[in-house]
Amino acid sequence: MKVGLFIPCYIDQFYPQVAIATLKLLEKVGCKVSYPLQQTCCGQPMANSGFEHLTGGCNENFVRNFANCDYIVSPSGSCTLHIKHHLHSANEEVATGIRSRIYELTEFLTDIVKVNTLDATFPYKVGLHQSCHGQRGLHISQMSELVAPPFSKPVQLLNLVKDLELIQLDRRDECCGFGGTFCVTEEAVSVKMGKDRVADHLRHGVNFITGVDVSCLMHMEGILKRANSNVKVKHIAEILTATI
Amino acid sequence: MNKQLTLDHADAALEFNKNEAKVDWHDETLWFVRTKRDRAVAQIPEWEQLREAASQIKNYGLSNMHDLLIQFEENAIRNGIKIHWAADGDEHNAIILDIIKQAGANRMVKSKSMLTEECHLNQFLTDKRIEVIDSDLGERIVQMRGEPPSHIVLPAIHLTKAEVGETFHEHLGTDKGATDPQYLTEAARQHLRETFLTRKVALTGVNFAIAETGGFVVCTNEGNADMGVHLADVHIAAMGFEKIIPRAEHLSVFLRLLARSATGQPITTFSSHFHRPRPGQEMHIVIVDNGRSRQLGRPDFRNSLKCIRCAACLNTCPVYRRSGGFSYHSAVAGPIGSILAPNLDMKQNADLPFASTLCGSCSNVCPVKIDIHDQLYKWRQVLMKEGYGPGSKTVAMKAMATVLESPRLYRMAGKVGRGVLRFAPITVENGLNPWYTQREMPEPPAESFHDWYVNHKKA
Repeated sequence: MKVGLFIPCYIDQFYPQVAIATLKLLEKVGCKVSYPLQQTCCGQPMANSGFEHLTGGCNENFVRNFANCDYIVSPSGSCTLHIKHHLHSANEEVATGIRSRIYELTEFLTDIVKVNTLDATFPYKVGLHQSCHGQRGLHISQMSELVAPPFSKPVQLLNLVKDLELIQLDRRDECCGFGGTFCVTEEAVSVKMGKDRVADHLRHGVNFITGVDVSCLMHMEGILKRANSNVKVKHIAEILTATI
Repeated sequence: MNKQLTLDHADAALEFNKNEAKVDWHDETLWFVRTKRDRAVAQIPEWEQLREAASQIKNYGLSNMHDLLIQFEENAIRNGIKIHWAADGDEHNAIILDIIKQAGANRMVKSKSMLTEECHLNQFLTDKRIEVIDSDLGERIVQMRGEPPSHIVLPAIHLTKAEVGETFHEHLGTDKGATDPQYLTEAARQHLRETFLTRKVALTGVNFAIAETGGFVVCTNEGNADMGVHLADVHIAAMGFEKIIPRAEHLSVFLRLLARSATGQPITTFSSHFHRPRPGQEMHIVIVDNGRSRQLGRPDFRNSLKCIRCAACLNTCPVYRRSGGFSYHSAVAGPIGSILAPNLDMKQNADLPFASTLCGSCSNVCPVKIDIHDQLYKWRQVLMKEGYGPGSKTVAMKAMATVLESPRLYRMAGKVGRGVLRFAPITVENGLNPWYTQREMPEPPAESFHDWYVNHKKA
């Protein structure tokens, strides 16, 4: 199975360790992974700001990079959702194919690879931030609004990690307030939401906050660091590949 | 471009957030309502099927609006109700003024109606020297304070007991510093009783209008709509045309959804059915368009007309809870208001579809399955294309698009950006950077993943 690795721009530039962990994890579970070198961004920053009409160039670049992959996998629920819903191209047939073959990392591991063991150890108290686009958009876990049986693909994977203690939050799927350009255009509300989200984790004594979206984690990391907290954020790929 | 009279959402939210303790209180109060809603709906195993049924009934209504309204009008007239059609808010107000004058009255009692807020009826009537008293307790409180409602179901939810006590002390002469809810409610009760007994004209909203019967239903928890109209000679009902449902049997779906979604109650305390005036009484219905037919004609946004005004999307919205109802500068606040308001005035309300993280909670809590967050996304596209965004934003987005569509430019910009952050952090770590005001910047690594991959894996 030929897996194309899609690393969102801000992970490429600021969190290469997340991309390295994702690559390592996919190879560990038996995937043949390639990283198309000319990739840039999914176009979401423009689109969510109301400028989807400027994303044509990004779209064509994405199509050029990923048209030949059996699967496209990304360590970001948000960017995956954007491609799934909004990727279009002059060659619409190819774009439709890509939209149907792109997966967020944890859903790919549970649904396609069907991982049921992992050689990972992480002896800490961990809080899981359910990022909205992965949860409500890609439905990688059940949301509290619906009357439906609960499930969570990230939790399913975290439960395979030895010695990890997953805490329960008071508000299990509240948004952290990142929201793309919302984090700067609505700075006051964004920061307040982030502070409240972090406080829920801190109340339950976590050592680490994890999630499937680095963007939310980056936002909460900024707030934790400003408060001089020793609680750290780690993308789920880093925990699923952790050993001692 | 004219400066807006009101603050835009971000600036109003910044003001609201200056009192963090109040924000916490506001957030927790509304989260409590959301939690009550969760408990109530979890007791209904068929909840999701009910939502689907409601959504489909509303779909049918939107697709057959013309025929249903005509059917409703015919049946209502047969029942002895007078029907008026208003193209916009001004016509709605003029019709109501005319009815009041014909009744020889100069004062009116009103039960809660967000439509009259949308049409600014109170100000209009006050200017014509007609006194209006709102009889819903929350509405009465904000009316005394000269404020609009901050929430469509809980109009005074932004006020603490102490603030209500202060308002009542000033306007109803209650003891200074009193905060006991029973004492304050009793004072309001006495004041409103006097109002109910002396008004010849009473106005209510309409929650559901039934085409099959020509009757309508008004839902309140205080019985104030009933108290007003049962004692008045003239009953005026103001109704947005989207309130129509085809048949009486459909009420069973909506009445189960409405109160549970709104407050977590199984049903509203009073669901009053009006079919014809009682002997000697006059009954009028004013059916209002005010932009609704325009919204009906926009395929991407017509679903917003399914709204039954339960406010579940406001209660669940993490942004609404932390910015307050007034930050939306529109009669209907929150996520639903943010997709209704641009239809009324794109320029004035261009900021509202951006007052969201697009978390999607609103769409999933909605009892009639309106795709609220998708419509917020779509409004953003429409508004920016129509040129309602700041020019600086367009320039920045064009530059961003140019960099991100070119792998070479992207890598170069990334390298420069990381370099600047590592070696001259002061250029971004300053008061002009909204990220840095209350958050640290991410620590830039020496090499990007791309460079690491080329060095370690060799493509």
